[in-house]
Amino acid sequence: MSNMSNMSNMSNINYSDKIPNNVNLDDDRTLKRALEQWQPSFLSWWDDMGPDGTHKHDVYLRTATSVQPDGWAQFGHVKMPDYRWGIFLNPAEKDRKIHFGDHLGQDAWQDIPGEYRANLRRIIVTQGDTEPASVEQQRHLGATAPSLYDLRNLFQINVEEGRHLWAMVYLLHKHFGRDGREEGEALLQRRSGQEDNPRILQAFNEPTPDWLSFFMFTYFTDRDGKFQLCALAESAFDPLARTTKFMLTEEAHHMFVGESGIGRVINRTCAVMNELRTDDVGRLRAAGVIDLPTVQRYLNFHFSVTIDLFGADESSNAATFYSTGLKGRYEEGKRVDDHQLRGLTYKVLAVSNGHLVEREVPMLNALNEVLRDDYIKDSVSGVGRWNKLIEKAGIAFRLSAPHKAFHRNIGSLAGTKVSPDGRMLSEAEWNVSVDSWLPNDGDRAYVASLMGRVVEPGQFANWIAPPPIGINRQPVNFDYVRFG
Amino acid sequence: MCGLAKDMGAPDITVIRQHLIDPEICIRCNTCESICPQKAITHDSNNYVVDADICNLCMACISPCPTGSIDNWRTLPKVRAYSVDQQLGWDELPAELSGDDLQEAGMAPAGAESAAQPPVSVAPPADAAFNSTTFGATLPPWSAAHAYTQLYGPNPKNPSAEKSITATVSGNVRVTQVGPELGSDYDTHHIVLDFGALPFPVLEGQSIAVLPPGVDDNGRPHHPRQYSVASPRNGERPGYNNLSLTVKRVLEDHAGKPVRGVASNYLCDTEVGDTVQVIGPFGASFLMPNHPRSHIVMICTGTGSAPMRAMTEWRRRLRSAAVGPSQGSAAPSGGGAVADQARGLHDGKFESGKLMLFFGARSKEELPYFGPLQNLPKDFIDTTFAFSRTPGQPKVYVQDAMRSRAADVATMLADSNAYFYVCGLKAMEEGVVLALRDIAAGAGLNWDVTAAALKREGRLHLETY
Repeated sequence: MSNMSNMSNMSNINYSDKIPNNVNLDDDRTLKRALEQWQPSFLSWWDDMGPDGTHKHDVYLRTATSVQPDGWAQFGHVKMPDYRWGIFLNPAEKDRKIHFGDHLGQDAWQDIPGEYRANLRRIIVTQGDTEPASVEQQRHLGATAPSLYDLRNLFQINVEEGRHLWAMVYLLHKHFGRDGREEGEALLQRRSGQEDNPRILQAFNEPTPDWLSFFMFTYFTDRDGKFQLCALAESAFDPLARTTKFMLTEEAHHMFVGESGIGRVINRTCAVMNELRTDDVGRLRAAGVIDLPTVQRYLNFHFSVTIDLFGADESSNAATFYSTGLKGRYEEGKRVDDHQLRGLTYKVLAVSNGHLVEREVPMLNALNEVLRDDYIKDSVSGVGRWNKLIEKAGIAFRLSAPHKAFHRNIGSLAGTKVSPDGRMLSEAEWNVSVDSWLPNDGDRAYVASLMGRVVEPGQFANWIAPPPIGINRQPVNFDYVRFG
Repeated sequence: MCGLAKDMGAPDITVIRQHLIDPEICIRCNTCESICPQKAITHDSNNYVVDADICNLCMACISPCPTGSIDNWRTLPKVRAYSVDQQLGWDELPAELSGDDLQEAGMAPAGAESAAQPPVSVAPPADAAFNSTTFGATLPPWSAAHAYTQLYGPNPKNPSAEKSITATVSGNVRVTQVGPELGSDYDTHHIVLDFGALPFPVLEGQSIAVLPPGVDDNGRPHHPRQYSVASPRNGERPGYNNLSLTVKRVLEDHAGKPVRGVASNYLCDTEVGDTVQVIGPFGASFLMPNHPRSHIVMICTGTGSAPMRAMTEWRRRLRSAAVGPSQGSAAPSGGGAVADQARGLHDGKFESGKLMLFFGARSKEELPYFGPLQNLPKDFIDTTFAFSRTPGQPKVYVQDAMRSRAADVATMLADSNAYFYVCGLKAMEEGVVLALRDIAAGAGLNWDVTAAALKREGRLHLETY
């Protein structure tokens, strides 16, 4: 079952190279040399900032061996530093045309037009920066994994975030010359949460202190990644579109870890609620499970922090990125408007005379808000699926996503005090209730107290239910991680 | 042929193995939809679903799915396939249809291989990751003869095709040692259909479908039921434009509840001279090899023997044309004659080509063609029976029989001239493919490599219902 054993699927990716790739790296010696020089820096970063103390573990990982459906999910036990990070682009679509913005109908670009260089570089660097950042945020979680199964899922996410960094660095090296190489180095030098050289986006400087936060992060924040990648997968710059399309197939696993992780927390809590016939928080905590109101507070926090990542609700940058063809909308190709959006408007929220009101603004300027709203819709539907678990357990409690204006720090709603159900509040009212809406010190301390390491195959920490099925249809008690 | 499973033998209803997504595990990530080469997957704000009319079971979506929710299957009559709209409304997967549900739909055979007593054991849970269907070839052997398909009946590529062809029943005999007059519920018939002067060319392994007369309870015409052809290419009677079918009469379910299979009873009750409406032929991959020294390994249960009889009989006719008078016949009647067209064309061609047969049934009394099979020379066909209900004997299933012959089966697996054919109830498929895998492993063959070659070279054909 070695992931390298199935040679028949490897036709697309050259594994004999130092850097596995399906982009004919051999034909571009300068690029190849540049990436081969970056590779040791990457490995040294992984050594320093990758999952703590894990370099000898054999982990049951999924490795892409081709971008064909049968090739990119090959499973086998691998030491993480030996993971085959490489450069994989989705197959090129013949005669692909730009399908939105001012260049609608023209051929997609294989190289970057000079005038869009700066903006594209910014987009790629911002996206690329989140990848190593999340690995850094999560590097201590292995010490408190609730099971081997979860430990493996954490590591899978980590190596794939690493591969996503490779994907972005390839674009920087290939298309941005010396600037690109410098950006590639800088991506390895910034550190999540470090004061003098932090990661670019604030959400990626927050610690991920416990597994409940980790699951919430992968559900909410990796979903932001999904929507950003979806928007970039529409790009007129074809190599960016192709690389992000392939990244999306990997990103799906991260959201699965989040959605199923929270689902399993809920299942365990509901089981104990039914066992003890109580919804009393004190009794449930005494029984060692995470009460549903605490789950709701974590949800409120991660939802609100993540929707900030979409940026200001009105943004001329967003308009420029769209009109120039750099970044489309989510599912641009499936929409039926004119794909140029001139003269159209969109409703954004604003505060007027102490009330939340909707304002019509030019849609091009509101594209961050459009993407945020698409994201919210997608997030809320998953919350609905968690509620089905609670409903199935016969418990009346329901989770909900907070109002879009709740706990915002970016855009025109920044600093506005709004309750999770959308009521405008005074500062005083906010202060009275904030501890029941966002994780308070007691919540965080309690959740932290539950975090202990469980590594016997098939065993799970008391606060989380086992998954219904294993990875790659392996049994749940499979030895997903072998400690070297 | 790895697509919709056809009822190649007695069960007289079209059955599919429907591909479904578990809405309780799916995270709506869109990976499957974006990857499906057939565009068979769609979604709404509630669910991601597979359109059974479009899905060709290519399995491209299975390993990319991050959740495993994609890997769910339900066996059910095609007419009861879950529509896209139904699936979009689901909060959870429906239960498997129970044996009674299937009986009600006229699907489960009431005879030897009733749902309560499958003729093969079910794969152990440890092999849950194993999906036998993926191993079936979709291409015929390289030396297969050209198969004509869909000459009659609905055919998008040939809209002017006749709606059906009229065949005349020219023979109808029971082919098991037991039957209703002996107090058994097991009643399998060998039915010969003659097409007179109308073209209906078929090859061994192909199937046809019969249109039962009349309408169902809703006033709609009965849908066609498919049967595997049990006779060779040059006719049930050599040189005649006829073919034979092996049809098991469906009378009641295992609980004794009367359920009359519409088509099987119609066919079993026909008399010589009656006419029957037929469409087809169908099938372009479950076809035999025709090159010198090609070997055929046949694995079947009950009426899954039909295509095996056809292939065996064609080889027998070629052999007797080459070596002189035959010593036996797989046909119950009129099978001793030698095809003139075979003589001279194929002299000696297959003398080193082996036939291996693994044939399972509840008992030898219920095994179609048991008598004639016994009479075939041992140097012509190497037959291993597996009986699951012989009093005083342990249950033996076809895969047990295969394992007992592991050395010989392994030799065949390693030989690119050997072709494998599996036909019978769905329940046997996984056990048989797992047995092949284990036999390969036991012989030091790399199963991944062997299985890929079997599929690519059209060497493993699965036809289960």
